[in-house]
Amino acid sequence: MNWFSNLLSSTLGRKLVMALTGLFLILFLAVHLAGNLQLLKNDEGQAFNIYAHFMTSNPLIKVISYVNYAFILLHIVWAIILTRRNRAARGPQGYAVSNNTSHWSSRNMGILGTFIALFLIIHLRGFWYEMHWGGIATANYDGVDYKNLYAVVDAAYSQWWYVTIYVVSMILLAFHLYHGFGSAFQTLGLNHVKYNPVIKFVGVAFAIIVPALFALIPIVMFLD
Amino acid sequence: MKITLKVWRQKSKEAKGEFKTYQLDHVSQDMSFLEMFDVLNNDLVKKGEDPVAFDHDCREGICGMCSMYINGRPHGPLQTTTCQLHMRSFKDGQTITVEPWRAKAFPIIKDLVVDRSSFDRIQQAGGYISVNTGGVPDANEIAIPKKDADAAFDAAACIQCGACVAACKNSSAMLFVSAKISQYALLPQGQPERKTRAENMVAQMDAEGFGACSNTLACEAECPKGISVTNIARMNREYYVSKLSSDNV
Ligand code: HEM
Ligand code: FES
Repeated sequence: MNWFSNLLSSTLGRKLVMALTGLFLILFLAVHLAGNLQLLKNDEGQAFNIYAHFMTSNPLIKVISYVNYAFILLHIVWAIILTRRNRAARGPQGYAVSNNTSHWSSRNMGILGTFIALFLIIHLRGFWYEMHWGGIATANYDGVDYKNLYAVVDAAYSQWWYVTIYVVSMILLAFHLYHGFGSAFQTLGLNHVKYNPVIKFVGVAFAIIVPALFALIPIVMFLD
Repeated sequence: MKITLKVWRQKSKEAKGEFKTYQLDHVSQDMSFLEMFDVLNNDLVKKGEDPVAFDHDCREGICGMCSMYINGRPHGPLQTTTCQLHMRSFKDGQTITVEPWRAKAFPIIKDLVVDRSSFDRIQQAGGYISVNTGGVPDANEIAIPKKDADAAFDAAACIQCGACVAACKNSSAMLFVSAKISQYALLPQGQPERKTRAENMVAQMDAEGFGACSNTLACEAECPKGISVTNIARMNREYYVSKLSSDNV
Protein backbone atom coordinates (compact mmCIF):
# COMPACT_ATOMS: atom_id res chain seq x y z
CA MET A 1 0.00 0.00 0.00
CA ASN A 2 3.08 2.19 -0.17
CA TRP A 3 2.02 3.42 -3.60
CA PHE A 4 -1.37 4.38 -2.27
CA SER A 5 -0.11 6.51 0.61
CA ASN A 6 2.39 7.97 -1.87
CA LEU A 7 -0.47 8.95 -4.12
CA LEU A 8 -2.47 10.53 -1.32
CA SER A 9 0.44 12.49 0.13
CA SER A 10 1.64 13.82 -3.25
CA THR A 11 0.65 17.34 -4.33
CA LEU A 12 -1.45 15.82 -7.12
CA GLY A 13 -3.08 13.32 -4.79
CA ARG A 14 -3.98 16.02 -2.30
CA LYS A 15 -5.62 18.01 -5.04
CA LEU A 16 -7.47 14.88 -6.15
CA VAL A 17 -9.03 14.65 -2.69
CA MET A 18 -9.94 18.37 -2.81
CA ALA A 19 -11.58 17.99 -6.22
CA LEU A 20 -13.54 14.82 -5.40
CA THR A 21 -14.79 16.09 -2.04
CA GLY A 22 -15.51 19.51 -3.58
CA LEU A 23 -17.61 17.99 -6.38
CA PHE A 24 -19.50 15.88 -3.87
CA LEU A 25 -20.23 18.99 -1.83
CA ILE A 26 -21.48 20.68 -5.00
CA LEU A 27 -23.91 17.83 -5.53
CA PHE A 28 -24.95 18.13 -1.89
CA LEU A 29 -25.60 21.85 -2.33
CA ALA A 30 -27.99 21.14 -5.21
CA VAL A 31 -29.99 18.59 -3.18
CA HIS A 32 -29.96 20.82 -0.10
CA LEU A 33 -31.30 23.73 -2.14
CA ALA A 34 -34.13 21.65 -3.60
CA GLY A 35 -35.20 20.80 -0.04
CA ASN A 36 -34.86 24.34 1.27
CA LEU A 37 -37.00 25.84 -1.48
CA GLN A 38 -39.97 24.17 0.20
CA LEU A 39 -39.60 26.80 2.94
CA LEU A 40 -41.12 29.25 0.44
CA LYS A 41 -44.29 27.18 0.00
CA ASN A 42 -47.39 28.84 1.43
CA ASP A 43 -48.28 25.97 3.79
CA GLU A 44 -46.99 27.09 7.23
CA GLY A 45 -44.02 24.78 6.74
CA GLN A 46 -45.86 21.48 6.36
CA ALA A 47 -43.97 20.24 3.27
CA PHE A 48 -40.65 21.38 4.72
CA ASN A 49 -41.22 19.69 8.08
CA ILE A 50 -42.23 16.38 6.49
CA TYR A 51 -39.16 16.61 4.25
CA ALA A 52 -36.89 17.39 7.24
CA HIS A 53 -38.32 14.41 9.09
CA PHE A 54 -37.63 12.17 6.09
CA MET A 55 -34.06 13.46 5.78
CA THR A 56 -33.27 12.68 9.43
CA SER A 57 -34.98 9.29 9.66
CA ASN A 58 -34.50 7.47 6.34
CA PRO A 59 -31.64 4.92 6.78
CA LEU A 60 -30.21 5.43 3.27
CA ILE A 61 -30.18 9.22 3.71
CA LYS A 62 -28.48 8.63 7.10
CA VAL A 63 -25.60 6.79 5.42
CA ILE A 64 -25.26 9.51 2.78
CA SER A 65 -25.30 12.19 5.47
CA TYR A 66 -22.38 10.51 7.30
CA VAL A 67 -20.43 10.44 4.02
CA ASN A 68 -21.29 14.10 3.66
CA TYR A 69 -19.97 15.00 7.16
CA ALA A 70 -16.79 13.04 6.44
CA PHE A 71 -16.29 14.78 3.10
CA ILE A 72 -16.76 18.25 4.57
CA LEU A 73 -14.17 17.46 7.23
CA LEU A 74 -11.82 15.91 4.64
CA HIS A 75 -12.20 18.96 2.38
CA ILE A 76 -11.40 21.30 5.29
CA VAL A 77 -8.47 19.30 6.71
CA TRP A 78 -6.97 18.78 3.24
CA ALA A 79 -7.47 22.49 2.51
CA ILE A 80 -5.41 23.38 5.57
CA ILE A 81 -2.63 20.89 4.73
CA LEU A 82 -2.53 22.00 1.09
CA THR A 83 -2.64 25.73 1.76
CA ARG A 84 0.14 25.46 4.37
CA ARG A 85 2.33 23.49 1.97
CA ASN A 86 1.68 25.95 -0.82
CA ARG A 87 2.55 28.83 1.47
CA ALA A 88 5.81 27.12 2.50
CA ALA A 89 6.77 26.55 -1.16
CA ARG A 90 6.78 30.30 -1.68
CA GLY A 91 9.59 30.77 0.83
CA PRO A 92 9.84 33.42 3.54
CA GLN A 93 10.51 36.40 1.26
CA GLY A 94 7.60 37.48 -0.93
CA TYR A 95 7.65 39.84 -3.90
CA ALA A 96 7.71 43.56 -3.21
CA VAL A 97 5.63 44.27 -6.33
CA SER A 98 3.09 41.83 -7.71
CA ASN A 99 0.86 42.26 -10.75
CA ASN A 100 -0.95 38.97 -10.82
CA THR A 101 -3.23 38.46 -13.80
CA SER A 102 -5.22 35.56 -12.30
CA HIS A 103 -8.77 35.73 -10.95
CA TRP A 104 -9.07 36.92 -7.34
CA SER A 105 -11.09 33.96 -6.07
CA SER A 106 -8.61 31.47 -7.52
CA ARG A 107 -5.93 32.99 -5.30
CA ASN A 108 -8.10 33.20 -2.19
CA MET A 109 -9.85 29.84 -1.95
CA GLY A 110 -8.44 29.33 1.55
CA ILE A 111 -9.81 32.63 2.87
CA LEU A 112 -13.19 32.07 1.17
CA GLY A 113 -13.28 28.53 2.56
CA THR A 114 -12.47 29.72 6.09
CA PHE A 115 -15.48 32.06 6.04
CA ILE A 116 -17.66 29.27 4.64
CA ALA A 117 -16.46 27.02 7.50
CA LEU A 118 -17.38 29.74 10.05
CA PHE A 119 -20.79 30.03 8.43
CA LEU A 120 -21.18 26.24 8.59
CA ILE A 121 -20.64 26.31 12.37
CA ILE A 122 -23.36 28.94 12.85
CA HIS A 123 -25.62 27.18 10.39
CA LEU A 124 -25.24 23.70 11.89
CA ARG A 125 -25.61 25.00 15.45
CA GLY A 126 -28.77 26.89 14.55
CA PHE A 127 -30.69 24.22 12.61
CA TRP A 128 -28.94 20.87 12.34
CA TYR A 129 -28.15 20.65 16.09
CA GLU A 130 -31.63 21.85 17.02
CA MET A 131 -33.25 19.30 14.71
CA HIS A 132 -31.21 16.40 16.16
CA TRP A 133 -30.85 17.27 19.82
CA GLY A 134 -32.72 20.49 20.54
CA GLY A 135 -36.12 20.67 22.20
CA ILE A 136 -38.26 21.56 19.20
CA ALA A 137 -42.03 22.03 19.39
CA THR A 138 -44.04 19.67 17.22
CA ALA A 139 -46.66 20.22 14.56
CA ASN A 140 -49.40 17.70 13.79
CA TYR A 141 -50.22 16.78 10.19
CA ASP A 142 -52.89 14.09 9.57
CA GLY A 143 -52.54 12.74 13.12
CA VAL A 144 -48.74 12.40 13.02
CA ASP A 145 -46.37 14.60 15.08
CA TYR A 146 -43.47 16.23 13.23
CA LYS A 147 -40.71 18.42 14.68
CA ASN A 148 -41.53 21.95 13.63
CA LEU A 149 -38.12 22.92 12.19
CA TYR A 150 -39.91 25.49 10.05
CA ALA A 151 -40.75 27.51 13.17
CA VAL A 152 -37.06 27.51 14.20
CA VAL A 153 -36.00 28.69 10.74
CA ASP A 154 -38.76 31.29 10.66
CA ALA A 155 -37.69 32.70 14.03
CA ALA A 156 -34.03 32.87 12.95
CA TYR A 157 -34.87 34.62 9.68
CA SER A 158 -36.90 37.28 11.42
CA GLN A 159 -33.64 38.80 12.73
CA TRP A 160 -31.94 41.13 10.25
CA TRP A 161 -28.38 40.28 11.37
CA TYR A 162 -29.00 36.57 10.89
CA VAL A 163 -30.26 37.21 7.37
CA THR A 164 -27.24 39.43 6.70
CA ILE A 165 -24.81 36.68 7.75
CA TYR A 166 -26.61 34.30 5.42
CA VAL A 167 -26.59 36.57 2.42
CA VAL A 168 -22.91 37.55 2.84
CA SER A 169 -21.93 33.90 3.29
CA MET A 170 -23.74 32.95 0.09
CA ILE A 171 -21.82 35.64 -1.80
CA LEU A 172 -18.56 34.17 -0.49
CA LEU A 173 -19.75 30.69 -1.47
CA ALA A 174 -20.49 31.99 -4.96
CA PHE A 175 -16.88 33.12 -5.35
CA HIS A 176 -15.61 29.77 -3.98
CA LEU A 177 -17.75 27.94 -6.52
CA TYR A 178 -16.93 30.34 -9.37
CA HIS A 179 -13.35 29.10 -9.26
CA GLY A 180 -13.90 25.70 -7.63
CA PHE A 181 -16.36 24.19 -10.10
CA GLY A 182 -14.18 24.41 -13.18
CA SER A 183 -10.99 23.94 -11.19
CA ALA A 184 -12.13 20.53 -9.94
CA PHE A 185 -12.52 19.26 -13.51
CA GLN A 186 -9.06 20.50 -14.46
CA THR A 187 -7.65 18.79 -11.35
CA LEU A 188 -9.29 15.52 -12.38
CA GLY A 189 -7.64 15.92 -15.78
CA LEU A 190 -10.98 16.49 -17.49
CA ASN A 191 -9.87 19.14 -19.93
CA HIS A 192 -11.24 18.72 -23.43
CA VAL A 193 -11.93 21.17 -26.27
CA LYS A 194 -15.49 19.87 -26.63
CA TYR A 195 -16.46 19.97 -22.98
CA ASN A 196 -14.46 22.94 -21.62
CA PRO A 197 -17.08 25.50 -22.71
CA VAL A 198 -19.84 23.34 -21.19
CA ILE A 199 -18.00 23.01 -17.86
CA LYS A 200 -17.30 26.75 -17.85
CA PHE A 201 -20.93 27.65 -18.58
CA VAL A 202 -22.46 25.20 -16.09
CA GLY A 203 -19.89 26.23 -13.46
CA VAL A 204 -20.60 29.95 -13.74
CA ALA A 205 -24.36 29.35 -13.86
CA PHE A 206 -24.20 27.09 -10.79
CA ALA A 207 -21.99 29.56 -8.90
CA ILE A 208 -24.49 32.36 -9.48
CA ILE A 209 -27.89 30.64 -9.37
CA VAL A 210 -27.47 28.24 -6.43
CA PRO A 211 -26.09 30.74 -3.85
CA ALA A 212 -28.61 33.33 -5.11
CA LEU A 213 -31.56 30.99 -4.47
CA PHE A 214 -30.11 29.99 -1.07
CA ALA A 215 -29.88 33.69 -0.17
CA LEU A 216 -33.35 34.42 -1.50
CA ILE A 217 -35.02 32.16 1.11
CA PRO A 218 -34.00 34.14 4.25
CA ILE A 219 -34.65 37.43 2.43
CA VAL A 220 -38.20 36.43 1.46
CA MET A 221 -38.95 35.00 4.91
CA PHE A 222 -37.60 38.14 6.59
CA LEU A 223 -39.76 40.40 4.43
CA ASP A 224 -42.86 38.26 5.01
CA MET B 1 15.37 58.06 -21.52
CA LYS B 2 15.78 58.29 -17.75
CA ILE B 3 14.74 55.51 -15.42
CA THR B 4 14.93 54.68 -11.72
CA LEU B 5 15.86 51.07 -10.99
CA LYS B 6 15.08 49.35 -7.71
CA VAL B 7 17.13 46.17 -7.71
CA TRP B 8 17.30 43.35 -5.17
CA ARG B 9 20.89 43.04 -3.95
CA GLN B 10 21.97 40.02 -1.93
CA LYS B 11 25.62 39.05 -1.40
CA SER B 12 25.12 35.31 -0.96
CA LYS B 13 22.54 32.63 -0.29
CA GLU B 14 22.65 33.24 3.47
CA ALA B 15 23.06 37.03 3.42
CA LYS B 16 20.10 39.29 4.05
CA GLY B 17 19.09 41.08 0.87
CA GLU B 18 17.68 44.55 0.29
CA PHE B 19 16.57 46.86 -2.49
CA LYS B 20 19.11 49.35 -3.86
CA THR B 21 17.99 52.27 -5.99
CA TYR B 22 19.93 53.40 -9.07
CA GLN B 23 19.31 56.32 -11.42
CA LEU B 24 20.10 55.79 -15.09
CA ASP B 25 19.92 58.79 -17.42
CA HIS B 26 21.42 57.49 -20.66
CA VAL B 27 19.16 54.59 -21.53
CA SER B 28 18.07 54.11 -25.15
CA GLN B 29 14.62 52.83 -26.06
CA ASP B 30 16.28 50.31 -28.39
CA MET B 31 18.27 48.63 -25.63
CA SER B 32 17.13 45.25 -24.45
CA PHE B 33 16.46 44.99 -20.73
CA LEU B 34 19.70 43.06 -20.26
CA GLU B 35 21.70 45.68 -22.19
CA MET B 36 20.27 48.27 -19.82
CA PHE B 37 21.70 46.16 -16.98
CA ASP B 38 25.06 46.02 -18.81
CA VAL B 39 25.03 49.83 -18.82
CA LEU B 40 24.22 49.91 -15.12
CA ASN B 41 26.99 47.41 -14.35
CA ASN B 42 29.51 49.43 -16.40
CA ASP B 43 28.66 52.47 -14.28
CA LEU B 44 28.98 50.43 -11.08
CA VAL B 45 32.36 48.97 -12.08
CA LYS B 46 33.65 52.47 -12.95
CA LYS B 47 32.60 53.64 -9.49
CA GLY B 48 34.34 50.63 -7.93
CA GLU B 49 31.07 49.04 -6.81
CA ASP B 50 30.01 45.41 -7.12
CA PRO B 51 28.06 44.88 -10.37
CA VAL B 52 24.58 43.33 -10.19
CA ALA B 53 24.76 39.58 -10.75
CA PHE B 54 22.12 38.33 -13.21
CA ASP B 55 21.75 35.18 -15.29
CA HIS B 56 21.83 35.25 -19.08
CA ASP B 57 23.29 33.21 -21.89
CA CYS B 58 21.80 33.19 -25.39
CA ARG B 59 20.15 36.60 -25.31
CA GLU B 60 17.85 35.38 -28.05
CA GLY B 61 14.99 33.87 -26.08
CA ILE B 62 15.88 30.18 -26.21
CA CYS B 63 18.05 29.28 -23.23
CA GLY B 64 15.69 30.36 -20.45
CA MET B 65 18.44 31.74 -18.21
CA CYS B 66 17.40 35.39 -17.92
CA SER B 67 15.20 35.15 -14.84
CA MET B 68 14.04 38.55 -13.55
CA TYR B 69 10.80 39.51 -11.84
CA ILE B 70 10.16 42.96 -13.32
CA ASN B 71 7.46 45.28 -11.95
CA GLY B 72 5.52 42.40 -10.45
CA ARG B 73 5.66 40.03 -13.42
CA PRO B 74 8.12 37.35 -14.54
CA HIS B 75 10.15 38.74 -17.45
CA GLY B 76 8.28 42.05 -17.19
CA PRO B 77 5.22 43.48 -18.96
CA LEU B 78 5.42 41.35 -22.13
CA GLN B 79 4.91 37.60 -22.40
CA THR B 80 8.52 36.99 -23.44
CA THR B 81 11.97 36.43 -21.95
CA THR B 82 13.86 39.28 -20.28
CA CYS B 83 16.47 39.29 -23.06
CA GLN B 84 13.71 39.87 -25.62
CA LEU B 85 12.18 42.73 -23.63
CA HIS B 86 13.16 46.21 -24.74
CA MET B 87 13.25 49.54 -22.94
CA ARG B 88 10.55 50.89 -25.29
CA SER B 89 8.13 48.86 -23.16
CA PHE B 90 8.76 51.36 -20.37
CA LYS B 91 8.01 55.05 -19.98
CA ASP B 92 10.59 57.80 -19.61
CA GLY B 93 11.07 58.52 -15.91
CA GLN B 94 9.49 55.23 -14.81
CA THR B 95 10.56 53.37 -11.68
CA ILE B 96 11.28 49.70 -12.43
CA THR B 97 11.49 47.15 -9.61
CA VAL B 98 13.56 44.06 -10.36
CA GLU B 99 13.49 41.02 -8.08
CA PRO B 100 14.81 37.46 -8.31
CA TRP B 101 12.45 34.47 -8.72
CA ARG B 102 11.02 33.74 -5.27
CA ALA B 103 10.56 30.07 -4.37
CA LYS B 104 11.88 27.76 -1.71
CA ALA B 105 13.07 25.40 -4.44
CA PHE B 106 14.95 28.25 -6.23
CA PRO B 107 17.38 29.53 -3.56
CA ILE B 108 19.11 32.82 -4.38
CA ILE B 109 22.82 32.48 -5.19
CA LYS B 110 23.55 36.18 -5.57
CA ASP B 111 21.47 39.28 -6.37
CA LEU B 112 19.12 38.22 -9.19
CA VAL B 113 20.70 34.80 -9.78
CA VAL B 114 18.77 31.82 -8.45
CA ASP B 115 19.72 28.14 -8.35
CA ARG B 116 17.34 26.28 -10.67
CA SER B 117 19.06 22.90 -10.42
CA SER B 118 15.84 21.54 -8.88
CA PHE B 119 14.46 21.61 -12.47
CA ASP B 120 17.45 19.57 -13.66
CA ARG B 121 16.84 16.95 -10.96
CA ILE B 122 13.17 16.68 -11.96
CA GLN B 123 14.26 16.25 -15.58
CA GLN B 124 16.77 13.57 -14.56
CA ALA B 125 14.05 11.71 -12.67
CA GLY B 126 12.22 10.83 -15.90
CA GLY B 127 12.54 13.40 -18.67
CA TYR B 128 14.26 11.06 -21.13
CA ILE B 129 13.57 8.10 -23.44
CA SER B 130 15.51 4.89 -24.01
CA VAL B 131 16.86 4.55 -27.55
CA ASN B 132 18.66 1.54 -29.01
CA THR B 133 22.00 2.27 -30.64
CA GLY B 134 22.63 1.06 -34.17
CA GLY B 135 21.94 2.34 -37.62
CA VAL B 136 20.04 5.58 -38.09
CA PRO B 137 16.31 4.73 -38.52
CA ASP B 138 14.38 6.24 -41.36
CA ALA B 139 12.95 9.62 -40.31
CA ASN B 140 9.34 8.71 -41.10
CA GLU B 141 9.42 5.07 -40.09
CA ILE B 142 7.00 5.55 -37.21
CA ALA B 143 3.74 7.18 -38.24
CA ILE B 144 2.67 9.92 -35.78
CA PRO B 145 -0.60 11.82 -36.22
CA LYS B 146 0.13 15.44 -37.08
CA LYS B 147 -2.02 16.65 -34.17
CA ASP B 148 -0.01 14.61 -31.65
CA ALA B 149 3.29 15.70 -33.16
CA ASP B 150 2.18 19.35 -32.93
CA ALA B 151 0.99 19.03 -29.32
CA ALA B 152 4.23 17.27 -28.33
CA PHE B 153 6.23 19.95 -30.09
CA ASP B 154 4.30 22.73 -28.35
CA ALA B 155 5.03 21.10 -24.98
CA ALA B 156 8.69 20.61 -25.93
CA ALA B 157 9.00 24.36 -26.52
CA CYS B 158 9.44 24.76 -22.73
CA ILE B 159 12.85 26.30 -22.02
CA GLN B 160 12.82 25.61 -18.25
CA CYS B 161 13.05 29.32 -17.49
CA GLY B 162 11.00 29.00 -14.29
CA ALA B 163 8.56 31.83 -15.07
CA CYS B 164 5.68 29.48 -14.20
CA VAL B 165 7.10 28.96 -10.71
CA ALA B 166 7.78 32.68 -10.33
CA ALA B 167 4.24 33.60 -11.38
CA CYS B 168 2.51 31.04 -9.15
CA LYS B 169 1.30 31.96 -5.68
CA ASN B 170 2.18 28.37 -4.65
CA SER B 171 5.55 28.34 -6.45
CA SER B 172 4.21 25.35 -8.30
CA ALA B 173 6.32 23.80 -11.06
CA MET B 174 3.39 22.00 -12.65
CA LEU B 175 3.46 23.82 -16.00
CA PHE B 176 7.12 22.86 -16.48
CA VAL B 177 6.74 19.27 -15.26
CA SER B 178 3.51 18.74 -17.21
CA ALA B 179 5.14 20.03 -20.40
CA LYS B 180 7.97 17.53 -20.01
CA ILE B 181 5.63 14.64 -19.19
CA SER B 182 3.30 15.55 -22.10
CA GLN B 183 6.10 15.89 -24.60
CA TYR B 184 6.95 12.19 -24.19
CA ALA B 185 3.49 10.81 -23.36
CA LEU B 186 2.20 12.03 -26.73
CA LEU B 187 4.86 10.26 -28.81
CA PRO B 188 5.42 6.52 -29.47
CA GLN B 189 9.06 6.87 -28.38
CA GLY B 190 7.90 7.94 -24.90
CA GLN B 191 5.76 4.87 -24.21
CA PRO B 192 8.23 2.42 -22.58
CA GLU B 193 8.88 4.71 -19.58
CA ARG B 194 5.52 6.47 -19.69
CA LYS B 195 4.07 5.46 -16.30
CA THR B 196 7.32 5.39 -14.36
CA ARG B 197 8.18 8.79 -15.80
CA ALA B 198 4.96 10.41 -14.58
CA GLU B 199 5.36 8.91 -11.10
CA ASN B 200 9.05 9.74 -10.71
CA MET B 201 8.95 13.28 -12.08
CA VAL B 202 6.01 14.21 -9.84
CA ALA B 203 7.72 12.60 -6.83
CA GLN B 204 10.90 14.60 -7.52
CA MET B 205 8.88 17.81 -8.00
CA ASP B 206 7.32 17.26 -4.56
CA ALA B 207 10.66 16.39 -2.97
CA GLU B 208 12.14 19.67 -4.23
CA GLY B 209 9.45 21.56 -2.32
CA PHE B 210 7.37 23.04 -5.14
CA GLY B 211 3.71 23.72 -4.30
CA ALA B 212 0.48 22.23 -5.63
CA CYS B 213 -1.60 23.67 -8.46
CA SER B 214 -4.56 25.90 -7.55
CA ASN B 215 -5.48 26.31 -11.23
CA THR B 216 -5.12 30.09 -11.06
CA LEU B 217 -3.66 29.96 -14.61
CA ALA B 218 -1.08 32.63 -13.70
CA CYS B 219 1.66 30.39 -15.17
CA GLU B 220 0.07 30.11 -18.60
CA ALA B 221 -0.36 33.89 -18.74
CA GLU B 222 3.37 34.43 -18.15
CA CYS B 223 5.00 31.54 -20.04
CA PRO B 224 7.27 33.03 -22.74
CA LYS B 225 6.73 29.91 -24.84
CA GLY B 226 2.93 29.87 -24.50
CA ILE B 227 2.77 26.42 -22.84
CA SER B 228 -0.90 25.62 -22.15
CA VAL B 229 -2.41 24.38 -18.89
CA THR B 230 -4.04 21.57 -20.87
CA ASN B 231 -0.65 19.96 -20.26
CA ILE B 232 -1.33 20.11 -16.50
CA ALA B 233 -4.63 18.30 -16.99
CA ARG B 234 -2.80 15.70 -19.06
CA MET B 235 -0.15 15.31 -16.35
CA ASN B 236 -2.88 14.81 -13.74
CA ARG B 237 -4.42 12.05 -15.89
CA GLU B 238 -1.03 10.48 -16.55
CA TYR B 239 -0.16 10.52 -12.86
CA TYR B 240 -3.45 9.14 -11.51
CA VAL B 241 -3.61 6.39 -14.15
CA SER B 242 0.04 5.50 -13.61
CA LYS B 243 -0.32 5.35 -9.84
CA LEU B 244 -3.39 3.11 -10.14
CA SER B 245 -2.13 0.82 -12.89
CA SER B 246 1.68 0.64 -12.95
CA ASP B 247 3.66 -2.23 -11.33
CA ASN B 248 5.54 0.21 -9.10
CA VAL B 249 4.27 -0.74 -5.66
C1 HEM C 1 -20.28 23.69 0.50
C2 HEM C 1 -19.08 23.98 0.68
C3 HEM C 1 -17.93 23.83 -0.29
C4 HEM C 1 -17.91 23.46 -1.61
C5 HEM C 1 -19.08 23.07 -2.49
C6 HEM C 1 -16.52 23.48 -2.03
C7 HEM C 1 -16.09 23.16 -3.29
C8 HEM C 1 -14.78 23.22 -3.72
C9 HEM C 1 -14.31 22.84 -5.02
C10 HEM C 1 -15.14 22.24 -6.14
C11 HEM C 1 -12.98 23.09 -5.07
C12 HEM C 1 -12.05 22.91 -6.26
C13 HEM C 1 -11.10 21.75 -6.10
C14 HEM C 1 -9.99 21.82 -7.11
O1 HEM C 1 -9.41 22.87 -7.35
O2 HEM C 1 -9.67 20.78 -7.67
C15 HEM C 1 -12.60 23.65 -3.81
C16 HEM C 1 -11.34 24.08 -3.48
C17 HEM C 1 -10.97 24.54 -2.23
N1 HEM C 1 -11.75 24.59 -1.10
FE1 HEM C 1 -13.75 24.23 -1.04
N2 HEM C 1 -15.74 23.88 -0.98
C18 HEM C 1 -16.57 24.08 0.11
C19 HEM C 1 -16.19 24.44 1.37
C20 HEM C 1 -14.88 24.70 1.76
C21 HEM C 1 -14.49 24.96 3.11
C22 HEM C 1 -15.39 24.97 4.33
C23 HEM C 1 -13.15 25.17 3.08
C24 HEM C 1 -12.39 25.45 4.35
C25 HEM C 1 -11.29 25.80 4.64
C26 HEM C 1 -12.69 25.06 1.70
C27 HEM C 1 -11.41 25.26 1.24
C28 HEM C 1 -11.00 25.08 -0.06
C29 HEM C 1 -9.67 25.39 -0.56
C30 HEM C 1 -8.51 25.97 0.23
C31 HEM C 1 -9.66 25.04 -1.92
C32 HEM C 1 -8.53 25.25 -2.92
C33 HEM C 1 -7.41 24.31 -2.85
C34 HEM C 1 -6.35 24.75 -3.80
O3 HEM C 1 -5.61 25.70 -3.52
O4 HEM C 1 -6.22 24.15 -4.86
N3 HEM C 1 -13.78 24.77 0.92
N4 HEM C 1 -13.71 23.71 -2.99
S1 FES D 1 19.22 34.89 -22.14
FE1 FES D 1 18.59 33.04 -23.11
S2 FES D 1 16.44 33.21 -23.00
FE2 FES D 1 17.06 35.13 -22.25
